Amino acid sequence: MRHGRWRFLAGALIPALVLHVVFVLSPYAQAFYLSLTDWTGVAGEAHFVGADNYRRLAGDSLFVDAVRNNALLLVVVPLVTIAIGLFLASMLHLGGRGGRRAVAGSGAYQIIYFFPQLLSLVVVAVLWSFVYNPNTGLLNGALRALGLGGMAASWLASPSLALPAVMAVLVWSSVGFYVVLFSAAIDGIPVELFEAAVLDGAGGWATFRNVTLPLVRDTVQVAFVYLGIAALDAFAVVQVMTVGPGGPDGATEVIGLSLYRNAFQYGKFGYASAMGVALFFATLTLAVFALRGGRRSTVEAS
Amino acid sequence: MSPTRRTLIRTALTAGAAVPLLSACVTGGSDDDDPAAGNTGAKSADNPLGVKADAPLEVVIFKGGYGDEYAKHAETLYTQKYAGAKIDHKGLQKVGVALQPRFVANTPPDVVDNTGADRLDIAVLVGAKQVSDLTTLLDAPAFDDPSKKLRDTLLPGVVDDGTFDKVPRTLNFTYTVWGLWYSKKLFAAKGWAYPKTWDDMLALCATIKAAGIAPWTYQGKYPEYINDPLLSMAAKTGGLELVKAVDNLEPNAWKAPGLVSAAEAFAELAAKGYIMGGSEALSHTEAQAAWCQGKAAFIPCGSWLESEQKGVTPDGFDMVMGPVPSRTASDRLKQTAVQAASSESFLVPAKAKNPAGGMEYLRILFSKQSAKAFAESAGTLPAVAGATDGLTLSSGLSSVRDAVQAAGPETFTYRFRTWYAPLAKAVDDATGELVNKRITAAQWSERIQKAADGIAKDSSVQKYTR
Repeated sequence: MRHGRWRFLAGALIPALVLHVVFVLSPYAQAFYLSLTDWTGVAGEAHFVGADNYRRLAGDSLFVDAVRNNALLLVVVPLVTIAIGLFLASMLHLGGRGGRRAVAGSGAYQIIYFFPQLLSLVVVAVLWSFVYNPNTGLLNGALRALGLGGMAASWLASPSLALPAVMAVLVWSSVGFYVVLFSAAIDGIPVELFEAAVLDGAGGWATFRNVTLPLVRDTVQVAFVYLGIAALDAFAVVQVMTVGPGGPDGATEVIGLSLYRNAFQYGKFGYASAMGVALFFATLTLAVFALRGGRRSTVEAS
Repeated sequence: MSPTRRTLIRTALTAGAAVPLLSACVTGGSDDDDPAAGNTGAKSADNPLGVKADAPLEVVIFKGGYGDEYAKHAETLYTQKYAGAKIDHKGLQKVGVALQPRFVANTPPDVVDNTGADRLDIAVLVGAKQVSDLTTLLDAPAFDDPSKKLRDTLLPGVVDDGTFDKVPRTLNFTYTVWGLWYSKKLFAAKGWAYPKTWDDMLALCATIKAAGIAPWTYQGKYPEYINDPLLSMAAKTGGLELVKAVDNLEPNAWKAPGLVSAAEAFAELAAKGYIMGGSEALSHTEAQAAWCQGKAAFIPCGSWLESEQKGVTPDGFDMVMGPVPSRTASDRLKQTAVQAASSESFLVPAKAKNPAGGMEYLRILFSKQSAKAFAESAGTLPAVAGATDGLTLSSGLSSVRDAVQAAGPETFTYRFRTWYAPLAKAVDDATGELVNKRITAAQWSERIQKAADGIAKDSSVQKYTR
């Protein structure tokens, strides 16, 4: 029997394990090793340079810009996306009359909110670069039509507006998914709790603050991790949409873009791997902190 | 012992210990065998490179704006001469992605057209000793004129463009000239004359602006486009010494009066509002479309512009290219001097299986008849002299040919863009800031000089001189 169990477990685990080792762990290990070399990406050999690549990172002004921008993205994108996602999800469920019914047509809204999720990120970025076009774009066109021509701007070419413009696209493209995710979480809350809250005289905000939020906390936490990882990346949108890309003058540079440029345009795979390893640890730290931080108190709805 | 969670984890970790073995594979290839062994034939007057007639040949072509028919045309000529040779033709868009693993594994093709946004960095490739020396090819007789060496049938600067550390490594097939483009029809209708000096340019810009047209636009999303006229103007003022000082990363090269005054010229262009509003955020297609619609009078671009705009240009627009105006009366080069460089770079990998065949293929491709066929189908100047003789050319292409003829020996090109890609990025960023009035000409030269000094000091960057 025992042999049979082993065999079964091995048969179930080993194929997955082998695939994981070959396609996930081995590239990681190679990246760690390459980050200590001067590999050019086209030579069959690489020289060991120790921590040299890591030392360079601090003096690379574009990389420093990238770290700053990713940090800003990390602060803003998850917070705004989750705030909007939670707001829309609770409105869909509880925004109706009496504070505990769905608004009319909430199913249709959910589908519409989910639309951006169906588009590839590159398509989203291309579409938004048309929207942001200073002369013929939808955004400036709408502002001018409303008589707000003074607010029309060169969105992606102004150092102060370019990063917020990128953030807006990231939020827009991901908020629909989180509306659906939070909706599912709110669906899981027993409706009696909301009824009790209403009977106790709780208003919309109080119900949200004291009933909804504590009970969807786990979902929000997962959302933070996902969005944090997305904010540390942001490569596709920046690469397609921004001036330069990564500009103007580093205003929208992100780590992924620096990495890509160093590896595939400058042929500095060793240095780029060092950026990748740094990014890996940043992402890992973020995930650990986000999951630890959420563990403090879990409310049981029993 | 029954498997517990703990023992399973331990098993998994043991499997993970196999990782270092696998990690050898990225940089594993290093064999010293000559991959070309047995693939050479006897040299003769008819076969100066010693091609083995039945050796297979693998050709990788960048299939971009020019397609790859012209390459197939040359392959047909090759098989006519060597009937037994089997040619494996690959027309690709992402040359770098496809070939990088093959260079690493030492199994590259025999000829590569390393072109396109996804090309491999040629300086890196040369530095890694992956590219053959093309001297024997350049000294071989031209395919359809055996009285001349191949190198003597090329336009000025073509051999230099592919030379790294005094060794020719790549041969570029197309010849690109940079300048300022305008519509001959628009200028004739308004009675405007193309300016030869920068003062005339500013005066004309005032007239154009008064006529309700933006004098200039540029491909703002990619600031390298506006760099070209700026650096051309500087080269005319300072002459080839200025260009060489820049390329050789000499101290204070970017603070040369020629460069600073060219930067001042473009800062003034921006300050006077002569650049179309919003240009700074437009992609090349958007800016060029606006120019074709007559919203702006001038746009800086290379000679590929006409074919790129084929579907967008209105009938009778008659686009032509003019050389960048002179900044001062004491410029070292004449106003007719042009920035010209060859591109579409072909190379024979050092570890190719059939290098003789690869070079022979290039000898056929760089023949006058192949180049003429290319000029006809692609509407672009090939790097072979006289390839457009006897052809009826479009307005844009004939203006480019005339510009090359008027320039004579006064063509120049900066090499730092290919040698030091990070410096090119620093220059693009700075110029983008300059023409958006966020930095001054002095700050522009200051920050580029700093970037150039950084590269000069960086021991990990291979240096080149000219």
